[in-house]
Amino acid sequence: MPDFVTSYLGSTLTPGEAGNQFWALVYVFVIFAGVSLAVMSMNWLERKALAHFQIRLGPMRTGPHGLLQPIADAIKLLLKEDIIPAGADRFVFWVAPLIGLLAAFTVYTVIPFGPSQAVSDMNIGILFMLGVSSLGVLGVVVAGWASNSNYPLIGALRSSAQMVSYEVAMGLAVVSAILMTSLNETGTGTLSMIGIVRAQQEQGVWFIFKFFPLGLIAFIVFAIAMVAETNRAPFDMAEAESELTAGYHTEYSGLRWSLFMLAEYAAMISVSSIAVTLWLGGWMRPFSRLLRGSAWDLIFSLFPAVTFMGLAAVAFVGVVRMPRRSDFKVQKIGLAVFGWLLGFIALMLLIIAIAGRSNGAAIPSTVNQSIGYIYWFLLKVAVFMYLFIWYRATWPRYRFDQLMRVGWKVLLPISLTVLVATAIVGILLS
Amino acid sequence: MNSAINATNATMAPVATPYFFYGLATLAIVSAFLVITRRNVVHSALALIVTLLSVAGLYLMLYAPFVAGVQIIVYAGGVMVLFLFVIMLVNIDRSYKEKRFSGLWPIGLAAASALFTLFLFAFIKGRALFPDRMMLLPESSNTQQIAGLLYGDAGKMGQYTFAFEIASLLLLVAILAAVVMTKKRA
Amino acid sequence: MPQNYVPIFLFLAVIGTMIPATLLIARLVRTQRPTREKLLPYECGIDPHDNARGRYTVRYYVVAILFVIFDVETIFLFPWAVKFKALGVFGLIEMLVFLGVLIVGYAWVWKRGALEWV
Repeated sequence: MPDFVTSYLGSTLTPGEAGNQFWALVYVFVIFAGVSLAVMSMNWLERKALAHFQIRLGPMRTGPHGLLQPIADAIKLLLKEDIIPAGADRFVFWVAPLIGLLAAFTVYTVIPFGPSQAVSDMNIGILFMLGVSSLGVLGVVVAGWASNSNYPLIGALRSSAQMVSYEVAMGLAVVSAILMTSLNETGTGTLSMIGIVRAQQEQGVWFIFKFFPLGLIAFIVFAIAMVAETNRAPFDMAEAESELTAGYHTEYSGLRWSLFMLAEYAAMISVSSIAVTLWLGGWMRPFSRLLRGSAWDLIFSLFPAVTFMGLAAVAFVGVVRMPRRSDFKVQKIGLAVFGWLLGFIALMLLIIAIAGRSNGAAIPSTVNQSIGYIYWFLLKVAVFMYLFIWYRATWPRYRFDQLMRVGWKVLLPISLTVLVATAIVGILLS
Repeated sequence: MNSAINATNATMAPVATPYFFYGLATLAIVSAFLVITRRNVVHSALALIVTLLSVAGLYLMLYAPFVAGVQIIVYAGGVMVLFLFVIMLVNIDRSYKEKRFSGLWPIGLAAASALFTLFLFAFIKGRALFPDRMMLLPESSNTQQIAGLLYGDAGKMGQYTFAFEIASLLLLVAILAAVVMTKKRA
Repeated sequence: MPQNYVPIFLFLAVIGTMIPATLLIARLVRTQRPTREKLLPYECGIDPHDNARGRYTVRYYVVAILFVIFDVETIFLFPWAVKFKALGVFGLIEMLVFLGVLIVGYAWVWKRGALEWV
């Protein structure tokens, strides 16, 4: 591997901290491309998973098992006519999705994929994330207003009222996690995203398990609020199809509409990363205290390779199970190539994991460690992404008054109580 | 391995802070100008968001990250949502018909120049307070410093503890006022 | 250090150029044949009879102002939480007084029925 790649992968500094802005720019592009790719695959996964929840097949025609569906969707959206309603405020109509996207993407600056795998480590990280992601509300309000149509306006008002209501409970839940970071010798905590994970590392416990069940309750409050915050089912008042058509983006079409979708999914990933960072130990592998030693380290470092092997195996099973007819030949070859690709990635990861064992090898062990950090972080986020789909398949939508009641009368008192209880327990135990 | 990074660090470390300052200040002033000249109130609101965010950027460059975070959360995220809701509450079409810069502009001008004179006076008088070069503050402790000012140290009142407790009363009054004004007595 | 914050501006610049560029590319390839009917706001097939920027219920305003107030309260909690252990019992009492006053207001709002959406 080229020297600079390994030196970056194994660095103990974030690009922002090192002051190397070119490297930061590379990270920014990698994250932008990665999130866009993740959103596209989420789109496919959501359709497939929802279909299987309802005992349907979902997309099957575009590519093997509909794997090319996101690409087909993207081309369709690109070619679709872009309609701006006659009475719309053209400038605001144009700016609104951009506000949402900027808010959803800028927060990725501070998301810690590993101890040094973040674009930058701001010391107000979590505050920055909460603040900037709350700016997405502005995009929603403005989009509904600019459309000059009744459904978008009502949808925008509803979803913005919902987003701000749940932000209160969300903020209080976050404060109770911040409070736990200060329970060390120096007595001061941190707001930095990397610092929060480090605090969990030092205290040897994920904050979800700290002061059981207080950490757990705060986490649950956050997990509920974050679903409402991203306008997802069962809180998807914005897209209550039966009453509001599509909510605030009813009048948006084509690529402009897809920008809203991109922002929504990017926001889902970023709030999940907050939850993972604050309560689920961020990049730490599970049982890092309980199962220690080099043997366990080796076993856990094989996980990324094993995951990709599993995915490759799933692809190959799909190839075998395809009907033995000549018109399935292209699909079969396509899926097999996809499987080989996954298998190749698995092989590379395996080589890195094994070669990284010995010191002074061509691939330094820090590369292997970095891959482990990123893997565990992404795996935890992926669990949340799956939960988002699962919620949508399982729970019926809330009515708007019920929604506001849950936000203001249930979550807010619970999070306040948990905060005060955490503070009192923290004082008593120290 | 890290030596390569540290080497680039040494050459690239001084960030062009003045350029950021001038860029952000220009952005803030231009968009503030747009706020008062746009006829469409929502356009004004969007310009105001830009102003508030560039001021937040200025705070960041002044080593006050916590203040920047507060600026983003409270002003750009909270107050602007309130503003937009209020803008939507009133009839926008009427504001087009009304004359801009009505007879009140001399008063506004007088107030603005008075404020400017005050700033100038404070700047000239208190010149010693303004550093003539960049100061290296321990910005990582910005949040802790604010905590110290607000809450003091263990067992000791901070400089602004009393004001902070009074602030809760202010917020209480705001809650009462909002509900009393909007909700009819049951 | 301020260089920690420069990546934010980089990120803004990247998104701010990539997205408009994509929109521009889309403009070059897509069809664009607007008609009067196409440009009507969507109202389930009925022709809209006035513009949609009318007035609506004041409850949204109450929610927004309550949000701003509780937002400010949460902001005050952050520095306290960061220095929580160093501040100790005294800090906790300070915070409980602050929260207590606000909880009185919250309870009053609840009792007054302003949190009800009916």
